[in-house]
Amino acid sequence: MENILEINGLHKAYDDFALRDVSFSLPKGFIMGFVGENGSGKTTTIRSILNMAKIDSGKISVFGLDSITDTIEIKERLGVVFDSLYLPEHLNAKQIEQQLSPFYKDWDSKEYYRRLEEFELPLKKKVGDFSKGMKMKMMIAIALSHKAELIILDEPTSGLDPVARDELLDILAEYIENENCGVLFSTHITADVERIADYVTILHNGKVWYTGTKDELIEKYVVLKGAEGDIPETLKEKLIGFHAYRNGFEALIDRTEIADIPDVLEYEKASIDEILVYIAKEDKHERRSKDCAV
Amino acid sequence: MKIIIKNKSELPIYEQIEQQMKKQILDGTLAEDIQLPSIRQLARDLKISVITTTRVYNDLAEEGFIISVAGKGYFVASRNNELLRERMFYEMEEGLEKAVKSGRDAGLTDDEILAALKKFLEV
Repeated sequence: MENILEINGLHKAYDDFALRDVSFSLPKGFIMGFVGENGSGKTTTIRSILNMAKIDSGKISVFGLDSITDTIEIKERLGVVFDSLYLPEHLNAKQIEQQLSPFYKDWDSKEYYRRLEEFELPLKKKVGDFSKGMKMKMMIAIALSHKAELIILDEPTSGLDPVARDELLDILAEYIENENCGVLFSTHITADVERIADYVTILHNGKVWYTGTKDELIEKYVVLKGAEGDIPETLKEKLIGFHAYRNGFEALIDRTEIADIPDVLEYEKASIDEILVYIAKEDKHERRSKDCAV
Repeated sequence: MKIIIKNKSELPIYEQIEQQMKKQILDGTLAEDIQLPSIRQLARDLKISVITTTRVYNDLAEEGFIISVAGKGYFVASRNNELLRERMFYEMEEGLEKAVKSGRDAGLTDDEILAALKKFLEV
């Protein structure tokens, strides 16, 4: 399968944060959900792909082109949707077209106006006065009007109401019907990813915690519950984000580890949200035990 | 084709779709030889992952419910398809087994059960 996006060994250090050896790839024709808590490095990764952040080492290719040397060609074939509008706020949709169209070889004016109509965006209102949902749809209209083959969305659904979120999923579902396209979709609202994404990459503390198909991720982990005393000794170190409370415990665990657990322990499948929460808990837990050791 | 996906179901989405399609193929709602939406169309219509719909079609093709025609797409298998017949036979047997058990639980004799079955065959 041909990859529309490929990241290999990406390193990028800031004073207080670093991306370490980030590698993942998105095959053409699919949607990848890009998740992780705040500060896990999602935006830095996206900025690196777009060559808006200078990477320390590693290689990023988009459409098989190099993210640094071929950045102009890549941008022409790429659409971006950020959580805030990157357009001049005092212009209306018509004026924005006049400003943007010269930058794109494949700009399709008819498609632009068709999308504005479909998304019910007014032509003469300043885009700065658009609602959050309208701004998101405006950025998508632009991406679709220059025939973007890859759309990268950075937190597009944060602050959107459920109706606008659902509209976005509709638009993405329609877009990906074309098997030559791809979508990288960073979000906090994992319910969006849970349904539509084909692949999921989880970043944690600047490192890739999981990358692969969503189905495998969902099947891989379960939430184990029960009384702390019933956990077999051999299982204890396999628990992720172990959390004891007055009447029992909860932890995430790889499904393959629970083949012969005692019946008194219960387990159920874990949602992506739950997986993220247990990863974060595991971290605090590790920090605590380190503190104790000192 | 009518598919309802429950997000809160314990069953994974691919299994929910497979069950519903199988039922509709077996009861004839999805007529034989009818063309199915493409993998990508189905994913779009249901707003689910392409990998999920790919899995559904692969599973159904493997079990003989649908067939893949190169360059044309997916079709509901003909009813004389051996695998599908086997599946339908199995469904029938399961129903009969249940019926016989209900009859015996009610204290009917074998002749009475047979008579009841014959009545249905005359319809």
